[in-house]
Amino acid sequence: MRSYAIYVAKRVLQFALVVFVGISITFLITHLTPIDPVEHAVAQVSTFGFSSPESIELLRQSLKELYGVGDNLWEEYLIFWRRLAMLDFGPSLSAFPTPVSELIGRAIPWTIGLLTVSTVLSWFIGNILGGLAGYYSRNRILRILGMIMMGLHPVPYYIVAFVLLIVFTFLLPILPSSGGYEMNLATGWTPQFVGSVLLHSILPSLSLILVGVGSWFMGMRALVSNIVTDDYVTYAALAGVPEKRLVTSYVMRNAFLPQITGLAMSIGAIFNGAVITEQVFGYPGIGRLLVEAVHAADYSLVLGITSIAIIAVSAAVFIIDIIYPLIDPRVQVSQ
Amino acid sequence: MIAVLRDLFRYNGEFAIGCVIMAIILGIAAASFFSPYEPIDSYLVALDAPPSLEYVFGTNSRGQDIFWQLTFAIRNTLAFGFIVALISRILSLVIGLISGYVGGIVDRILMSINDTFIVIPLFPLLVLLYFVLRDDMTWFVLALVMAGLGWAYDARLIRSVMISLRTREFTNTSVFSGMSMPRIVTQEHLPYVLPIVFSTFMNNMNWSIGLEVTLAVLGFTDVDTPTIGGMIFWANQHSAMVSGVWWWYFFPTLFVTLTFIGLFLLAISMNEYIDPRSRLDRMGNS
Repeated sequence: MRSYAIYVAKRVLQFALVVFVGISITFLITHLTPIDPVEHAVAQVSTFGFSSPESIELLRQSLKELYGVGDNLWEEYLIFWRRLAMLDFGPSLSAFPTPVSELIGRAIPWTIGLLTVSTVLSWFIGNILGGLAGYYSRNRILRILGMIMMGLHPVPYYIVAFVLLIVFTFLLPILPSSGGYEMNLATGWTPQFVGSVLLHSILPSLSLILVGVGSWFMGMRALVSNIVTDDYVTYAALAGVPEKRLVTSYVMRNAFLPQITGLAMSIGAIFNGAVITEQVFGYPGIGRLLVEAVHAADYSLVLGITSIAIIAVSAAVFIIDIIYPLIDPRVQVSQ
Repeated sequence: MIAVLRDLFRYNGEFAIGCVIMAIILGIAAASFFSPYEPIDSYLVALDAPPSLEYVFGTNSRGQDIFWQLTFAIRNTLAFGFIVALISRILSLVIGLISGYVGGIVDRILMSINDTFIVIPLFPLLVLLYFVLRDDMTWFVLALVMAGLGWAYDARLIRSVMISLRTREFTNTSVFSGMSMPRIVTQEHLPYVLPIVFSTFMNNMNWSIGLEVTLAVLGFTDVDTPTIGGMIFWANQHSAMVSGVWWWYFFPTLFVTLTFIGLFLLAISMNEYIDPRSRLDRMGNS
């Protein structure tokens, strides 16, 4: 138990480091570039039609406040952290006067839901099929499956999402093309609404799964084909352990472990993929909000989403890291 | 070296297919030097002409010949991936080598930083960078930033290889026979590490091209430099799907997908070269 506490403490430190570095990079990008984002945003907003000098001045003031006015860079840095700690990013410019935190709060459940379901599904499908393909390496169907996975894996998220969009909404219009649910439905836990949400999530999650499953499949296949030749597996097979038990408890269970670490390492990349997938399917999550915020020159919203994304992704990794020793008892001893 | 390549070509289907695909892609990229048009010129040919003998891949709504546009786009996209991969390889090699050799506290600090960069989601940061820089975010700035952020995963891989090499028997033998450490690293260990560097080179190119396409499609890059993502961006801008100009999407998508598959197959077959057991296994089967 004590070793687990030390392990958790280490992970907390790593989590803090990730958030610290990520937020600092965010700060540096916005404060060390030669362009003044405040003037930039003001220019962007004032090109949209006529605005009186007074209102522009007001906008400039509120933006400067948000941006953090201090005597020096160091002071600005501290102000930046204080605002972040209170999750106060000020009002959104494009949806004035809704606070940025409220906009993000509305969008984030969609992204978390989509990402959790598609990541868990692709992890399990990929690993189980990959494990079987590694164990039964002469099986023809699994070999063909391996080739398909290999062809799908390197294709970027955008292309897969786009092809699915064309096929299922344009050539064969059976699925809704955009949105998170049907427009005229009241939100709530009604069967109609939940059904609509599920129907709208099929294409986005399918495209995430199609891309994601390949890397788990290939990783697992390689791991299993190594483990199969290990002495303890041969010994168990000779000792008459039933094949089913051999595959699940002897081979797969050991190969799953590095794949969990792999999951923690690829959460960031999966998040990148979700941003673009949401954009393609008009899914009302945080990725689409980010893209819209950039187009609307909404400085506070862009800054807020970037910061929240960094914290959320590192928190997800942290949770996986914390769970890991509960699945792999060896970590407790060695760490 | 030539014998190895010949063996790979003969017994490794992935390597052969990957080579053929990349040869086609590079050929198209090289054709850009013979293009009759300048890449940024528009309204030169008939609008929205479907693929025909005159315009092999058709023309787009901006009056550009898609084939020639594509040659520039592939060239720029490949060059982009190459620059990112080259710079980030240098970073990951140096950091991986130092971390693996020196060990101890240096290793722990470097790997903490390394893991931090693995976890941080890059996409929002790149979007933020574009948001701040706007038109100053050129193709080259983006390449530099992505190289600076994309080394971490492979640095860890190279480190783990170095650690395993350091503890092997032949390293001890070389140390005891009086070889200096720099010589051991360059002469004995680098031959083991280089194939991994090449393999990650291809994967890193895929990674950076994928991100570039994504950013460009959203319009978050310098869209006046023709790249594959930029072509799709312009097709979206002109709602090519609605007006039925499918070839404007189809050819960029097809060729970028081929590029990804080609680079990926080369990366896998390079892995096979690293692990000769699987090569022998394959030769025995055929």
